[in-house]
Formats: sequence, structure tokens, C-alpha cells
Amino acid sequence: MKPPVIKFENVSFSYDSINVLEDVNLTVEERDFLSLVGPNGGGKTTILKLVLGLLKPVNGTVRVFGESPVKARSRIGYMPQYSSLDPLFPVTVMDVVLMGRLGNGKLLGAYKGADKKAAAKALQELEVYEVRNRPFSALSGGQRQRVLIARALVSDPELLLLDEPTASVDAVVENELFDLLNQLNKKITIALVTHDLGFVSSYVNLVACVSRRVVVHPTSEITGEMINEIYGCDVRMVRHDTIAPERHTNG
Amino acid sequence: MGEFLLDLQQQTFLQYAVLTGLLASIACGIIGSYVVTRRITYIAGAIAHSVLAGMGAARYCQVVCHWDWLHPLYGAIISALIAAVIIGMVSLSGRQREDTIIGAVWAIGMAIGILFIFKTPGYNEDLMSYLFGNILMVSSDDLWLIAGLDAIVVVVGLLFYKQFLAVCFDEEFARLRGIRVEFYYILLLCLTAITVVLLVTVVGIVMVIALLTLPVAVAGVFSKRLWHMMVLSTLFTILFTTAGLALSYGPNLPAGAVTIVLAGAVYLVVIVGSRVFRTRRL
Repeated sequence: MKPPVIKFENVSFSYDSINVLEDVNLTVEERDFLSLVGPNGGGKTTILKLVLGLLKPVNGTVRVFGESPVKARSRIGYMPQYSSLDPLFPVTVMDVVLMGRLGNGKLLGAYKGADKKAAAKALQELEVYEVRNRPFSALSGGQRQRVLIARALVSDPELLLLDEPTASVDAVVENELFDLLNQLNKKITIALVTHDLGFVSSYVNLVACVSRRVVVHPTSEITGEMINEIYGCDVRMVRHDTIAPERHTNG
Repeated sequence: MGEFLLDLQQQTFLQYAVLTGLLASIACGIIGSYVVTRRITYIAGAIAHSVLAGMGAARYCQVVCHWDWLHPLYGAIISALIAAVIIGMVSLSGRQREDTIIGAVWAIGMAIGILFIFKTPGYNEDLMSYLFGNILMVSSDDLWLIAGLDAIVVVVGLLFYKQFLAVCFDEEFARLRGIRVEFYYILLLCLTAITVVLLVTVVGIVMVIALLTLPVAVAGVFSKRLWHMMVLSTLFTILFTTAGLALSYGPNLPAGAVTIVLAGAVYLVVIVGSRVFRTRRL
């Protein structure tokens, strides 16, 4: 049997002496669509960074494809929030997407034809090929999200991680984005951080409520009442602690 | 101006000066673009000022110990590289505030240099030419050294273009793609250090930071890709250094200062101009 795509076992993490995550257990199987929800500062992004090996757990183990996160990195595609990038930086859309091919080719010199082909293909898949020669900073928020997803996909990852893909885009763009992710989910495993549970729930099959501790709900079990509960996650943290983490494999 | 063109045909020192400006401009355009987009201008400033320690120490050894081979430029290179590595290591470790260490290296470098120069007979002239540049004093030996350093910076800076671009734009993503971010950051600071030494010969320690950033800032208005920015800012730097020499030559003004005032004026005009142009279009 294949190892799970992501496996957290009793993971704790703290910045200095402030506990961010406590005793987290999380299993994500192949072609799951996981949504991490919870209050700001609850540790959602920290979970993504632990999966990427950018942070190391204080206690417990994180395994990705059965390996250490650093070893598994080449199989992960990552989309950061575009607001973390310098809007004045002189790069075109093509330049940005080509960065996803770093580490594939030769050490010295420019990108090769194969890299450019792969980048063009990813841009077409995300329907932003037309703007390939425009400055990255001249694009709308939704277009930038797509370009960053294309950059994440250009290395053919088996796991796609997205940090707030719905931040600062309108409802229409958001819907399109999730249709697209739903398509991608037929081939690869997806985990994302989001505030908007309502929109996601038709596509995601796992919701992890992150507020220092993590409680995983398979979406088949989610009821209206539960959505309320997860939205009010910060105030009902105590109640979550009493629920034993459960995981139902679908199919 | 006419005097400059006439003397340029006859005087080797003037030819060397123009050539020095040309060579330094290439390194300046390439590395300056990385420095400005990565927003480490103040690290370049600290490295520039730390250069005084090396120049002062080397000059002291030349005069007092009679080590004639120890050219101040060698001292400059050593102290610039040391400053680059110290700042790079501290900023990567993240245990100290980066701006504190930048300020410390900046001032301590100056202080060490001033102590050496104070103890060297005939210090006034040297100090002035280190601080404010003296491009007309470049000898043919200096020119070879400058050409060698220039070649290193340009070749390394261009060979690793895609890595430097990724590290400057999105360091975290570059790390995830298997790029050794720390290595490239230190390498970039070392290339910056060498570029700073080249520019010190052109405009002096105090004004390096302006020549490293202003041409890039002007180029940035017209560039949508990093390499466009490099080409354009190289051309602008050539324009500023050569015009600075030409305009200062007749009235016997300090060339470095004229170069910087020129660069500053063009920057101001371009920034204001692009603002006006953009609001008109909207």
C-alpha cells in the first residue's frame, strides 16, 4: 500500500515559546482535497510550511509521500499569496512561470526550449497564455493567482498546496478558480488554506479546522450546524478539543 | 567640453578614466539591478563604507612598512568581501536585527580606515580621494585590475541569472525548487562587494550607493524584465560617468560629484515625467 500523501503524527510547533500547533494528527490520502480553515494566527499557514519543510516540528513527525518534507519537495507544487511578492519587480508572466522549472535543467545559463514549452502549456491550462509577455504586476488579482498556480504546476507536482487562493478576488473569479482546482483534483492531491468554507465545500472532501489543535471533518458528514461551528471555530475551540479526531476514507 | 574631447585624444590618463567608467558601468548595471530589486541597497552602502578600512590599512602598509605591492585597491577588495560575508551571515542567521549590523559595519569600517589614515604621513589627500573618488588618477596597472574584477562580476552575475532572478523575486519558492538560497545570497553580496570596489574608483566611497541605484531606478521605469533593466541601466551608467567626466573636466570640478548630480537630475526628471505621462493617459 502507498504511504499517505501527508501524515502528521503528534506534531507540535512553537515560535519561541508561543505554541502555534499542539498535538496535530492529520492524514491526507491520494487525490484528497483538503481545506484548512480557522482563525488568523491559528496555524493554517504553519501547517503548509511544515509540509514544505520550511519549518521543522518541535515534536512529532511530518511525512510527505512517506519521506521527509525536504526530500519530498520536488513532488510538491506551492502557490504563495501574491501579496507577499514585490509589485515593483520587473518580471513578465513567462519569467514567473519559468521559475517553476528551476532545479530541472542545467545549473548554468538560460532556460531551455523544453522549459519554455512546459511553461506555455501550464499557462494555456490556466487560460493566462495571452498575457504571457505582460508584466506580472500589471495583472488583476485573479490572473496573478492563476499565474502562480501555473508556476506551481509546471514541475508536474503530485501534491498542490495553496495559501489563500481566494484572498482579494471576487466571487466570480473565486468560483472559476475552484472549478479549475476541481479539474486538477482528478489527477493530484490538493491542500489549501482559506477563509471561505461555504464555497469550497462542494469540492473539498476534507475540512481541517485549525486553531492550535486540528480537528478533521470529512465533508460528507458536514451539516449546516457544523459549518456554523467551524466558522465560529475560535470561540468553540474548547468543544473541538473534546471531539476525537476522526477520519473516514471515501471509496 | 571641447577641451575634454581634444585632451581625450592625447592624454592617456583621460583615456584610462573614460575606460574605467565604461568597465565599472557594466558591473554596476548588472549587479545594481539585483541589488535594487532585492532591496539590499543599504547593505551595498555598508560594504562601500567598510572599504575605507581596507584602503587605509593598505596605504598605511605601503607608506610606513614599504610594502609597495599592497595597492589600496587590494585592501578595498578584502575589506569589502569581509563586510559582505559578515552582513550576509548575520542576516541569514536571523538572530540579530539586520539594520543594526548594517549600521555597525558601515561605521566601524570607516573608523578603522580613519585611524590608519591618521597614522599615515600625508593623509589628507588620500582620504579625500578615497571618499570622493579620483578617476583621473587611474594607472594602467589599476585598469588591468579593474578589467579583471569586472570580468569576474559580469560572467558570474550572468551565468547564474535565473537563480539570482528567482532568489530576488521569491526566495521561499526558489528554496522549494531546490535552489541553495543561502549560497546565492552570499554570492550576490560578494559580487556586490567587488562592484562597490570598482565604483569607489569612479565616484568614491560616499557616492557609490547613488551610482549603484539611480541608473537602475531610471531604467526601471522603462523595463518590464530584469535583463532589460540590466542593459538599460548599464547604458545609463555609461552616460552618467562619461558625461560627468566631460562636464567636470573644463571647469575643473570633481568628476564623481558631477556624475552623481547628473544621475540624480535625470532620475528626478524621469520619475516626475513618468508620473505626469501616466496621469495624462488615465
